[in-house]
Amino acid sequence: MKLTLWTYEGPPHVGAMRVATGMKGLHYVLHAPQGDTYADLLFTMIERRDHRPPVTYTTFQARDLGADTATLFKTACEEAVARFRPEALIVGASCTAELIQDDPAGLAESMALGIPVIPLELPSYQRKEAFGTDETFLQIVRHLARPMERTAEVTANLIGPTALGFRHRDDITEVTRLLADMGIGVNVVAPMGARPSDIGRLGAAHFNVLMYPEHAESAARWLEREFKQPWTKTVPIGVGATRDFLAEVASLTAKSALTDESRLRLPWWTRSVDSTYLTGKRVFVFGDGTHVAAAARIARDEMGFEVAGLGCYNREMARPIRALARDYGVEALITDDYLEVEAAIAALQPELILGTQMERHIGKRLGIPCAVISAPVHVQDFPARYSPQMGWEGANVIFDTWVHPLVMGLEEHLLHMFRDDFEFHDEAGASHHGGPHKPRAERAEAAPAAADEGGSMPPEAASVMAEGAQIVWLSDAENELKKIPFFVRGKARRNTEKYAEGKGVTAISVETLYEAKAHYAR
Amino acid sequence: MTMLLKERGCTDTPILKERGQREVFCGLTGIIWLHRKMQDAFFLVVGSRTCAHLLQSAAGVMIFAEPRFGTAILEEKDLAGLADAQDELDREVSRLLSRRPDIRQLFLVGSCPSEVIKLDLHRAAERMSAIHAPHVRVLNFSGSGIETTFTQGEDACLAAMVPALTTTADRELLIVGALPDVVEDQALALLSAMGIDQVRCLPARRASAMPAVGANTVFALVQPFLGDTQAALIRRGARHIPAPFPFGAEGTTLWLKAIADEFGVPPSVFEAVTAAPRARAEKAVATVAETLKGKSVFFFPDSQLEIPLARFLTRECGMTAIEVGTPFLHRDLMEPELALLAEGPVLSEGQDVDLQLTRARAARADLTVCGLGLANPLEAEGLTTKWAIELVFTPVHFYEQAGDLAALFARPIRRRDLLAPMAPAMEAAE
Repeated sequence: MKLTLWTYEGPPHVGAMRVATGMKGLHYVLHAPQGDTYADLLFTMIERRDHRPPVTYTTFQARDLGADTATLFKTACEEAVARFRPEALIVGASCTAELIQDDPAGLAESMALGIPVIPLELPSYQRKEAFGTDETFLQIVRHLARPMERTAEVTANLIGPTALGFRHRDDITEVTRLLADMGIGVNVVAPMGARPSDIGRLGAAHFNVLMYPEHAESAARWLEREFKQPWTKTVPIGVGATRDFLAEVASLTAKSALTDESRLRLPWWTRSVDSTYLTGKRVFVFGDGTHVAAAARIARDEMGFEVAGLGCYNREMARPIRALARDYGVEALITDDYLEVEAAIAALQPELILGTQMERHIGKRLGIPCAVISAPVHVQDFPARYSPQMGWEGANVIFDTWVHPLVMGLEEHLLHMFRDDFEFHDEAGASHHGGPHKPRAERAEAAPAAADEGGSMPPEAASVMAEGAQIVWLSDAENELKKIPFFVRGKARRNTEKYAEGKGVTAISVETLYEAKAHYAR
Repeated sequence: MTMLLKERGCTDTPILKERGQREVFCGLTGIIWLHRKMQDAFFLVVGSRTCAHLLQSAAGVMIFAEPRFGTAILEEKDLAGLADAQDELDREVSRLLSRRPDIRQLFLVGSCPSEVIKLDLHRAAERMSAIHAPHVRVLNFSGSGIETTFTQGEDACLAAMVPALTTTADRELLIVGALPDVVEDQALALLSAMGIDQVRCLPARRASAMPAVGANTVFALVQPFLGDTQAALIRRGARHIPAPFPFGAEGTTLWLKAIADEFGVPPSVFEAVTAAPRARAEKAVATVAETLKGKSVFFFPDSQLEIPLARFLTRECGMTAIEVGTPFLHRDLMEPELALLAEGPVLSEGQDVDLQLTRARAARADLTVCGLGLANPLEAEGLTTKWAIELVFTPVHFYEQAGDLAALFARPIRRRDLLAPMAPAMEAAE
């Protein structure tokens, strides 16, 4: 058993739902107890879908347990086929149904439903959501894809995008456009938007673009083996990665990688002088493996940040992320425990966090700006506007998204200059951080309130501070610390304490503060 | 309640009972508001990743505020041998309690997986109570989908607490059901103004303030979904005061009246205490009801609040009910409500969601009350919806909230009216 509050990933059957909901003409019969329909609202609310997910739940209750649940399952299959007339059916069990002895695969296959029935084996007590998407898509492809002649023109399949995917909708548009610029058409996009009949003609493409390894790498490997379709290894998030991607596509197709970069603005934006202040900003990167790898490269090579730490929550990507971390000279954090992530961030005191919805909240608690780069995300990260992460427009979107939470150059300069001003004092915060403006008079109360916030943290996360508890801050040093802008104060406090500890100093004075500052000067 | 006996309303209406796919939450969801109410309680679900994911989805941003609930996720190794599972649970609980010393009550909450593998949480609770006494008391209840629907989780929790309450011979009034603090305070103030001061609440805000119960206890329910709790209290010798539920000006008045009669409050005192807030509530409701008058409403089953709310909307806001669905219909508790609800609507218990959707599409009610999984899809079909879960989280009981309650239903209709004429208005402006 493992005590948890927040989970980065849902159970594997939610992954299967993401595939089913992304597709059309496919129905999922899920052997599950009453209540598992909660997952519907992820799609209808967070992604704002205007249809119910194509999922029929058997909704067994306590009184059904026994021989009855198998009948319930069969009836659910018959009714779903009669009502929704899908081209194909996927069937499986949720965690509870996995424990009772019904066999959805066997039951459905014995029913002669007249359409392909694809059974799913999703081990709920070992694996998670991303495994569910990957495995479900693999099984659909295995059951439905047929060998066929290649299209006359060079075409590609885009594989991996699903329902509830972070920016999948707009990434499809952007990658389609990148390929179109090279004169390459799209054969099938799947699972998102595909029908079972479309899966049947995956084999007509010349190669596969694996957009999200988490969700379709198994299918890409199967298609390579069975249909001799090569697949792209580079995920085109960031300028460099997009160029590499285009070069990779060129090598697969003998097309020219020279494409139209006229709408790409990130390189100039990061070279303009207002971005000078971004130099060496320390960032912590966390999320799913694919987005973390892409973000780390952009952060270092395209934004001029220093990657202070990185990691991912999906163990499937642990190996590449560990290798990547070695390249960056940092330790990879592979964990699905948000308390460990919080502790790592608290210890590193980065100036920017790139992460998931969870890191956004950790950032809020620790007073560190954060931008979202990966699922899980909440409703605001399924925006109405066009917001890809991939390709040229994706790079533009990423520049804006990452820089907004930071205090930009001019603003940072002003905050330094006018830090004792009534409007620009250090506790007022940046104008775009939201929350009420705190007038100067509240300063005295603001400090204990902040301490309370720290107090609500679990002891593990707060332990970084607790260990240094023998070190005291003299009041003049404490006052001097308050003059440092709020967004670097945490780092200054930590650095000073670390310096003091190293020197065996137990009382921090103003001198200690400035000695530490000189020591850590970059 | 002579006034109620005259009315038959829906008392004899046959109930459409359905079984099939249910688009409802399980009882675990109740934890989300219960833990806010019981300030020193922790709710530990013993379940799967699905259970944790459900709580996360239902709790929204609350999950980031170090709430006092969590899930002990069963892993492959826990399924192999049951003895190990009990040891694992002990270890997780000890870790939890050492990390959260402020916790005085711990609830082990059963889930579908823990019940299917027959993990004995009752025994676990007894064992842990012995280990962690007297500082922490450990109780257990089921919030599983195979046993409970949504608000029934609160019923299961409160019913589990009843046998553990101390015994008293005092004549006390017990108000049963978790209310937002602000609403609870209003109720207590009204009762106190009538001279009824021996009042306790279940659940209490803290473990140390839990009520006692005995043969002289009388109790009133503020929520309709508390059938098991009612039975448990009756087993302890307490007596139930039947009443409609305190929604709207009328519901609140009738609820208070039933208690006033029980305690022999003179009619003049009752009138003096209730006249002003009742008038205030009626006025607030009347303003909002302009939007609702003459409109039809269709309830999908969700919380068991549907029948009392349909009563409020039809009698005080001038709406017509087409279908009122409820996950469970406790005849006993619902009798006063059914008597007030005018004949006409289909009353349904349970659900076969696809059949019910067919009825809702045919009815095309002006307002469809349903869960979040159905709301957007129905809006996309041109129906106006009110998502039901908000009715459980928002303060809606008693006089001062009557206007807010009506407004929850009026707002989607006002919004539809505001958005629809947008294009013609733009043309007119040119």
